[in-house]
Amino acid sequence: MKKYLGPLSKDNPILVQTLGVCSALAVTAQMKPAVVMALSVTVVCAFSNLIISLLRNTIPPRIRIIVQLLVVSFFVILVDQLLQAMLYDVSKILSVFVGLIITNCIIMGRLEAFALSHKPIPSLMDGMMNGLGYGLVLVVVAFFRELLGSGTLWNHPVVPASWYAAGYMNNGLMILPPMALILVGVLIWAKNSLTS
Amino acid sequence: MSDIFNIFVRSVFIDNMVFAYFLGMCSYLAVSKDVKTAFGLGLAVSFVLAVTVPVNYLMDKYLLQAGALSWLGERFAAVDLSFLSLILFIAVIAGIVQLLEMVMERYLPALYMALGIFLPLIAVNCAILGGSLFMQEKNFPTVIHSFSYALGSGLGWLLAIVAFAAIRERLKFSNIPVPLRGNGIAYIITGLLGIGFMAFLGI
Repeated sequence: MKKYLGPLSKDNPILVQTLGVCSALAVTAQMKPAVVMALSVTVVCAFSNLIISLLRNTIPPRIRIIVQLLVVSFFVILVDQLLQAMLYDVSKILSVFVGLIITNCIIMGRLEAFALSHKPIPSLMDGMMNGLGYGLVLVVVAFFRELLGSGTLWNHPVVPASWYAAGYMNNGLMILPPMALILVGVLIWAKNSLTS
Repeated sequence: MSDIFNIFVRSVFIDNMVFAYFLGMCSYLAVSKDVKTAFGLGLAVSFVLAVTVPVNYLMDKYLLQAGALSWLGERFAAVDLSFLSLILFIAVIAGIVQLLEMVMERYLPALYMALGIFLPLIAVNCAILGGSLFMQEKNFPTVIHSFSYALGSGLGWLLAIVAFAAIRERLKFSNIPVPLRGNGIAYIITGLLGIGFMAFLGI
């Protein structure tokens, strides 16, 4: 069990391996899209790992990237259609970033590094834990950005009105895209100081 | 004409792929150790974007959109294949990258040697797929508009990675707190560059 927990802390895909930042940080201005995005990536990562692992002995090495892309895009299309059907408002916010899960380096990285050389069940677990490790960072970043930027959590106001009356103001800077990068930088800093 | 130029400037500075949408961050962080390699990768990304986005534009317009197949006849006018766009776009990108690699190896060996190692990487670069998906969302009226958008996005990405690589070369000599070295400071600098780029918003 222990070997699967690495992605949550010491092998975190975003903080340590710097994978998968691409399509992720733009969705962290609020908690809700960040959680939906994290779950989507976890599902896609786990199941494409499983399928590639099942196929690992039949895929010719020369065309493996294309096979991987097709398997991943199959799952992403499923997730995309599901979101559009059931969570239309969130899928509007996520817009193209759901599609960009296809080229998320975490998924390609796990397929290459793990699923191609391991049995199906460990691959499923590995994909899931990496997706969750990625989701953890997204949710932490979104927590701070929504709390400090809009004074809300999951769209519920949490900063008491009396604070605003006393002169407290939301930090508009936190809503801007570049702050997501700076927050991740600070998270890496904190993590490195704690673990070293 | 002027709106084509507008799209170009907008996609270089305001809607910059790296600073506004964080696209292509993985290779942006990994391949920015020195300016020369960064420039090579930037050129390759611009080139592939400028080829794939117009092709995907035509795919979208004549195959995928609702009613796009009406050129085949009345019976196809109601077909809407837009749910297939992700898989078709990525297949087009992977195919074109492979094709470019072979054509360049045969006819432009010098360019192939310069860009060659980056080309296979580019098929899975989110900036490339992102370019096609944003193009689909923006609904450009003609293929020229989409070409101008692709070229602008590519050059914006090139600009970002070269600027970042130049800063990183200088960083080797600066005194950074130990836990922040490497990726930590790289993210923070990208964030600061992004805030700098927001100054273009008023244009």
